[in-house]
Amino acid sequence: MEGISVRLISGRTAVQGQNLDSKLTEKYFIEVARCDLNGADMEKLGVAKDDPVKVTTAYGQVVVKVKQDDGLPEGMAFIPMGPWCNAVVNGDTNGNGMPSFKGIDGTVEKTAEPVLPVPELMQTYMG
Amino acid sequence: MVEITDVVCSLCGCVCDDIVVEVENNEVVKVKRGACSVGKAKLMGHERIKSPMIRENGKLKEVSYDEAIKKSAEILYNSRRPLLYGWSSTVCEADKVGVELAAELGAVIDNTASVCHGPSVLAIQDVGLPSCTLGEVKNRADLIIYWGANPSQAHANHMKRYSYVSKGYWTGEGKKGKKLVVVDPRKTMTTKMADVFVQIKQGYDYPVFSALRAILRGYEDVVPDEVGGVPKETLLELAKMVKEAKFVMTFFGMGVTHTGARHNNIVNAIQFTRAAHLHTKASIMPLRGHYNVAGINQVLTWETGFPFAIDMARGYPWYNPGEDSATDCLWREDCDSAMIIASDPGAHFPGQSLRHMAKIPVIQIDPFANPTTEFADIIIPSAVSGIDAEGSVYRMDNIPIRLRKIIDSDVPTDEEIVGGILTEVRALQEKEGQ
Repeated sequence: MEGISVRLISGRTAVQGQNLDSKLTEKYFIEVARCDLNGADMEKLGVAKDDPVKVTTAYGQVVVKVKQDDGLPEGMAFIPMGPWCNAVVNGDTNGNGMPSFKGIDGTVEKTAEPVLPVPELMQTYMG
Repeated sequence: MVEITDVVCSLCGCVCDDIVVEVENNEVVKVKRGACSVGKAKLMGHERIKSPMIRENGKLKEVSYDEAIKKSAEILYNSRRPLLYGWSSTVCEADKVGVELAAELGAVIDNTASVCHGPSVLAIQDVGLPSCTLGEVKNRADLIIYWGANPSQAHANHMKRYSYVSKGYWTGEGKKGKKLVVVDPRKTMTTKMADVFVQIKQGYDYPVFSALRAILRGYEDVVPDEVGGVPKETLLELAKMVKEAKFVMTFFGMGVTHTGARHNNIVNAIQFTRAAHLHTKASIMPLRGHYNVAGINQVLTWETGFPFAIDMARGYPWYNPGEDSATDCLWREDCDSAMIIASDPGAHFPGQSLRHMAKIPVIQIDPFANPTTEFADIIIPSAVSGIDAEGSVYRMDNIPIRLRKIIDSDVPTDEEIVGGILTEVRALQEKEGQ
């Protein structure tokens, strides 16, 4: 199955906020290690809720679970702010200190790879 | 069981100060009223780091506070270019000591504004900010605009306490007498509440602000049929709402600071507010995230002249965001140690910056384990400000509010820990001087 092109945005959610001080918990993992897509985009990918998908941008790739949100226009992906999203955002600040956390072009594809929990995800930076 | 009233929430920039909790056996057992779901989670507490720790051969070993503080001072003192980052989820008293430490070390000091409303700060320095207090919004505003923000999720009490749903002196009917406009590229819980939802193309905030400015200044003929996915008729309707309102209040979030033109988006948002002044009263305010990110901006500004991203290596404060902002310093591999306090770059910095954080010694001061803990070589648990420590913070409208201490604790505060490191650094300087 080929992937789809998306414009990626990130942002806060209430459950992400409730777990700001407990980011190593299952609740945070379930809430933040996910990618929301419009139902039509999920159909194109042939994925159902909680299937793993791989999000790839010019800056990295990350595996997260998919969730349907028809509030997103087709072609837009949302990952809650946090370590999974930050694996694929654009760190270039264009000289003003602010990375591009929103508006990143990328692809989403179906995958069989696992979603990494926080310690293992952080290990990928240790090499 | 003791009921404590007027508890102040130390979570988001709303800093709600009318919370009622019940405390039993020195623990918060119930949040009775006042807090949103996010604030309630904070007040009820989470598992904390139990002891200071130092990483040796990849394993964390429990140590005393004195040992952790002494070792931290040695690392920072022996660094060529230490980065002191965070400072937003703690109180101004700790921030003040942090600035002293940065000055002694010749360090780079930055706070979470640089990945939040740093671009807003740059815009405000550029063109000023016609703003007001949240009290004025509550009492006066009859047209509320949320632009690139989702307060239903991120600032859940904001509408109820200060804006669309609140009832004030001249807004006694609450939302019946007000209009709500939400501008966002996606539908959210906030957009569902709006009288007018403007679904903008992601990253097109700048031209849409420009189109509204043109209409408000009488140049609607130059506006094309569609701007950034928004039909001209919608823009004309919005401008009409602005002209007819008694008091227009625009709140903007990271939907505009995190993308595209960044600070120029905010410059244009402020100029949109100025154009509204041709017709009515209008004001604008960033929706600040951490409960005291506004406070560290205040402390840094009164101590150094600049609000974030400050390099003290020259012996005087040097301000150049993009060079001395934390993510840039890390990405360029410019700093050789980092002290992270009251924030979590492990969760909130781009991976490109974290690759360097993995290579340098990292000191973490925080009550809670988080992704940054995975990088930390020294971990120093601190008291939770607003629960077991008091202190001053600044709400998102720059109103200072005193956090209350609601349980007893012998865990040292951020101010005490940073003060301890500062004392040790000065002792090392004195020793070297001899």
